[in-house]
Amino acid sequence: MRLVICHLYPDIMNLYGDRGNVIALDRRARWHGLEPVVVPVSLGDAPDFEKFDLIFMGGGQDREQGLITADLLQAKGPGIKAAVEAGVPLLAICGAYQLLGHYYRTFAGEVLPGLGLFDVRTEAGPTRIIGDVLAESKLSGESRTLVGFENHSGRTFLGPGAVPLGRVLVGGGNNGRDGTEGAVYRNALGTYLHGSLLPKNPWLADYLLGRAVERRRGGVRLARLDDALEDMAHRAAAPGAARRRGGGGGLLGFF
Amino acid sequence: MQGGLWLAVLAGKAAIRVCRLLGWGGSTLPGRVARRVHRGVLRGLASQCRRGTVLISGTNGKTTTTAMLSAILSRAGLSLVHNRTGANLVVGLAAAFVEGADLLGRLRADVGLCEVDEASVPAAVRELSPGVALVTNFFRDQLDRYGELAHSVAAVRRGLELLPEGATAVLNADDPLVAGLGRGLNRPVVYFGLEEAGPGTGAGFETADIRHCLQCGAELRYEQVYYAHLGRYSCPGCGLVRPQPQVLARDVQPRGTRGSDLVLVHPGGSLRLKLPLPGRFSVYNALAAASAALSLGVDPGEVVPGLEGFSPWFGRMESIGLSGRRAFFTLVKNPSGFNQVIDMVLGDEEPKPLLIAINDLLADGQDVSWLWDVDFERLAGAAPAIPVVVASGIRAADLAVRLKYAGLGPSRLAVEPDLGRALKLGLERVPPGGTLYVLPTYTAMLGLRRLIHRGGFARPFWEAGRAARARAGDAGAGGGGGRGGGGG
Repeated sequence: MRLVICHLYPDIMNLYGDRGNVIALDRRARWHGLEPVVVPVSLGDAPDFEKFDLIFMGGGQDREQGLITADLLQAKGPGIKAAVEAGVPLLAICGAYQLLGHYYRTFAGEVLPGLGLFDVRTEAGPTRIIGDVLAESKLSGESRTLVGFENHSGRTFLGPGAVPLGRVLVGGGNNGRDGTEGAVYRNALGTYLHGSLLPKNPWLADYLLGRAVERRRGGVRLARLDDALEDMAHRAAAPGAARRRGGGGGLLGFF
Repeated sequence: MQGGLWLAVLAGKAAIRVCRLLGWGGSTLPGRVARRVHRGVLRGLASQCRRGTVLISGTNGKTTTTAMLSAILSRAGLSLVHNRTGANLVVGLAAAFVEGADLLGRLRADVGLCEVDEASVPAAVRELSPGVALVTNFFRDQLDRYGELAHSVAAVRRGLELLPEGATAVLNADDPLVAGLGRGLNRPVVYFGLEEAGPGTGAGFETADIRHCLQCGAELRYEQVYYAHLGRYSCPGCGLVRPQPQVLARDVQPRGTRGSDLVLVHPGGSLRLKLPLPGRFSVYNALAAASAALSLGVDPGEVVPGLEGFSPWFGRMESIGLSGRRAFFTLVKNPSGFNQVIDMVLGDEEPKPLLIAINDLLADGQDVSWLWDVDFERLAGAAPAIPVVVASGIRAADLAVRLKYAGLGPSRLAVEPDLGRALKLGLERVPPGGTLYVLPTYTAMLGLRRLIHRGGFARPFWEAGRAARARAGDAGAGGGGGRGGGGG
């Protein structure tokens, strides 16, 4: 089965190795016996989004987000929304997650509109939230952990129409206050986790692939892959799993 | 004021001594102590440099460029003081100058060489009032520490605007982010760059940090891409064009891991140069160092022997003896640098077993997601050239997953987080007389060096630094840090 992965703005939106998510989806789809095809979609393109099996969009710095906002909202917005309503799985990281919410309010009070796919809004924060994240998610029906690295100044708050992707165990998550991380709407996921996310959370990669296959073929279960290395990376990335960063404090801290 | 300076130097020197006794090489403690005693310690010492100070910043190549400049200036008979063990924040600078001063707080050096992180450039310019400020390039590097790339560029711009009257900016013409700093700058600028025939390799453009103009947002047009976003570009939006370099490299002929031959063109003529360091990034570093030296008034005839006699400082790129085998160390810290190292490793036919060690401590950058922006697919696709990769360090598993997804099969991949066991494992795969290519992040490199030292193979890095200085010929100069270290 062909599996067509749409990579939105690969030339502009790629921060902290977000393209690793597409690499992971592509390789794992192949290992599951599928025939993945990655289609880059960027400024000026207007494809039929419902023809895609999966949509991915990575994060960007402020400048890059500014470059794509008009194109995303006007040329692509309705198509992406229709595809998500039709059940196409989507993964949006960090800046992409913010852009798919209602708006981003800058420190100066300017409101930058988003697509409104997720019922979330983002407010600029006074400091950046940076560090390793460990979260718990029941997305797949059972409780699983997610690990990643976050680096954002925006604080995202969920509206009544949004369900969090997970609960933060260590780290800041959506806003550093309410313990939520990310958002889910139908098969669309938004999250702050870089890392790259999917290579060291293979269960989430397979969840997205599973949803994509199910949409085309109905109740098919993907086989389990040998994820020994991925699981090892998952454990190594989990904050608090192995405290190796101490030392050197004490006396030095005085000065 | 002078008394405060003297006390600060004494206190700093005492702290250096304590650090040495405790084996804390490269600590920032002496600088913190000295600044605590007298805030103006760095300014007071830097102003004593007879021919001023040079500030070196940018993402990649700071250390090597500083080392090359040091080699050229030493060759030209100038005495130097500089920070060189990677402790390159303002406290690190203070420590270096304290170490270079005598017990009366006097500094007898011609030139101060200061390697400065991008975010610290404004503060460093205020303290140092440098006569030359050099910017190598901007790449994504450790953004977890500094926020976004645009902030780094903005910080360096603020710093350059603070340069004193009479100062010169030395900028990379081929990097639009760096060259853009020269626009509207109220100081003379010396640009350096490459002149190559053909379209260039374009390696790593996929992960280029900038394709859109920082000033107006339009997509840049490239006539040639040398690597990543470096090349011959122009902006259709605001008219930014690559400035014509005054110092440039022409006819670059790579010689695998041994170096490159090239013609160095400067305003007064051209010179043949046999650069002993491999990779295109080394050519850029050499151009940067040559431009800075010429800006300081060094005779062009001194530049070539300085660069040709250059022996890299510890850890950046070197070979060391190891039970009949050699280890070739090259520091890796971000995708662009790593892609250049891959170019170099695949530059000749010789099979190269690799040890890659990734740590995620503060000095390495705590976010390892940049591994996904490295073209490991090229290593995986070169089966005879790369027989084995040993993945090591705190984040060995992240690296192993990256290599697996790049297509490196399990028979060519070994995972061993422990540095000592990984080194042993790697050396076992090297035939006697052969070389293990070791690619560590900063703290992994320190760890590996410590292990090798315990095995009696090499000296601790501050001593290696002293030895390098002795080779470069400036150990006896007033500014030489080696003597100060023992005299506190």
